Amino acid sequence: MAEPTILKAEGLDLFYGDHQALKSISMDIPEHEITALIGPSGCGKSTFLKTINRMNDLVPGVTIKGKITYHGQDIYSPGLDVTWLRKRIGMVFQKPNPFPMSIFDNVAYGPRTHGVRSKKKLDEIVEQSLRSAAIWDEVKDRLKSSALSLSGGQQQRLCIARALAVEPDVLLMDEATSALDPISTSKIEDLSTELKRNYTIVMVTHNMQQAARIADKTAFFLLGELVEFNDTVQMFSKPRDKRTEDYITGRFG
Amino acid sequence: MYQNLSPSRRAYEITARVLLYLCSGLTCVLLLFLIGYIFYKGVPGISWSFLTTAESVLNDTVGILPAIINTLYVIVISLIIVLPLGVGGAIYLTEYARNRRLVEIIEFATETLAGIPSIIYALVGNIIFCVSLQLGKTLIAGSLTLVIMTLPTIIRTTQESLKTVPQSYREGSLGLGSGKWHMIRTVVLPSSVDGIVTGCILAVGRIVGESAILMYTVSVSTMMQDFSTIENFLKSSGATLTVALYVYAKERADFAVAFSIATILLILTVVINLAASLAGKKLKR
Repeated sequence: MAEPTILKAEGLDLFYGDHQALKSISMDIPEHEITALIGPSGCGKSTFLKTINRMNDLVPGVTIKGKITYHGQDIYSPGLDVTWLRKRIGMVFQKPNPFPMSIFDNVAYGPRTHGVRSKKKLDEIVEQSLRSAAIWDEVKDRLKSSALSLSGGQQQRLCIARALAVEPDVLLMDEATSALDPISTSKIEDLSTELKRNYTIVMVTHNMQQAARIADKTAFFLLGELVEFNDTVQMFSKPRDKRTEDYITGRFG
Repeated sequence: MYQNLSPSRRAYEITARVLLYLCSGLTCVLLLFLIGYIFYKGVPGISWSFLTTAESVLNDTVGILPAIINTLYVIVISLIIVLPLGVGGAIYLTEYARNRRLVEIIEFATETLAGIPSIIYALVGNIIFCVSLQLGKTLIAGSLTLVIMTLPTIIRTTQESLKTVPQSYREGSLGLGSGKWHMIRTVVLPSSVDGIVTGCILAVGRIVGESAILMYTVSVSTMMQDFSTIENFLKSSGATLTVALYVYAKERADFAVAFSIATILLILTVVINLAASLAGKKLKR
């Protein structure tokens, strides 16, 4: 049974100056599923991910053609409030990037930004977010200590908690486990499959086993093109495109 | 340590080591001698009344309270003006400005300004603030000139520390839906407090040590100033510690007092720097 589409790209072109990084990408991302973006370095998968919550706005010289809609709304339309968009579409980065503040303040950062002042409400949000990110038990006794004292894997789960605290409905993960050890990685993978009940997850990964393990749908990018986009099971058992097959069987990449 | 080396290489290494020791040793000795000499000459002249009264010709007593107050006046007023200006300018240049070319030109200009001899600032300050703006030779005119002198220092040090804030902090904050200024205020500035404090310390150092500018833009009076009303506050004018030091040493040939003032200057600088780094640590939390 197909889930409704939450994000839809239509003929999306993206240029860094003269270099075309994305070529006419069209793709429907379903709600409450994990969609993995795979492909060799420089294929445009991260660029595509950052286009979804307009983090590419920060890069000078980017031009975008075509359309991305979120719940049917064009996210590059002039009237759209980017801060609203980024609140709805959260992001977890490749390297854990907690702020140099306490664990509590990290998670409370987003809600405070969006105007939550009540201490009681913040306590609730922080606890709930840390629980959702499966790190509450590890940090509940030291919420006041610096987030930088946590291990890499804990920091990344804290960053997930921080993203969840603003109640997004899409979570973008940009190689969120590539800097972590296998145990932390598997924790975050388990967490992702838990989270998809309430959130839609789009993740970039270099690790094909990871995509095969947890993604419902997988998209294969190559040189800025979307080569194939299909159910993960289909993609890994019966790829339609020769290039996909070559990549997932490790013949290049 | 050098047993395994051939005799010539061994001699080479040992010579280098000895020379380097000598360099650092000599530097320390010079510094300690200077501080020691100033304290030796200056401390005997320091007394409670020296610090807490003004000079009295009738009683033939010397006091430097006016100079201490005037020094604090120019430091505080200059910092109040230069900090928002310099930090704001640095934030614009590193966080907002999109035109690389323009930023490069401004950075080059601030670097050049930082190296200009202060007598030139003094001359310009005198013409602009004292004459054109009709402030006269007052402490406020001196403070404004000091603002111009310290502005490049504050901008440069703030810019350097803003550049050391990891880009990932900015992305993290914006990714949660922060506006740009909110991001800067809550994440970038707290992480760069250290650099701003360093800038302040350097600026205070230059202000405390400045004499040329203050001689051109402020009077050399050693009398107590009246700060009771805003008008008097703006009109008051008198020697700071460095200028008083000059007046006593050069015009009155009273070297004992000059050395006592030098001692107070040294102590004041250390105290202000300690206070600034303490304030920085507090702000960081």
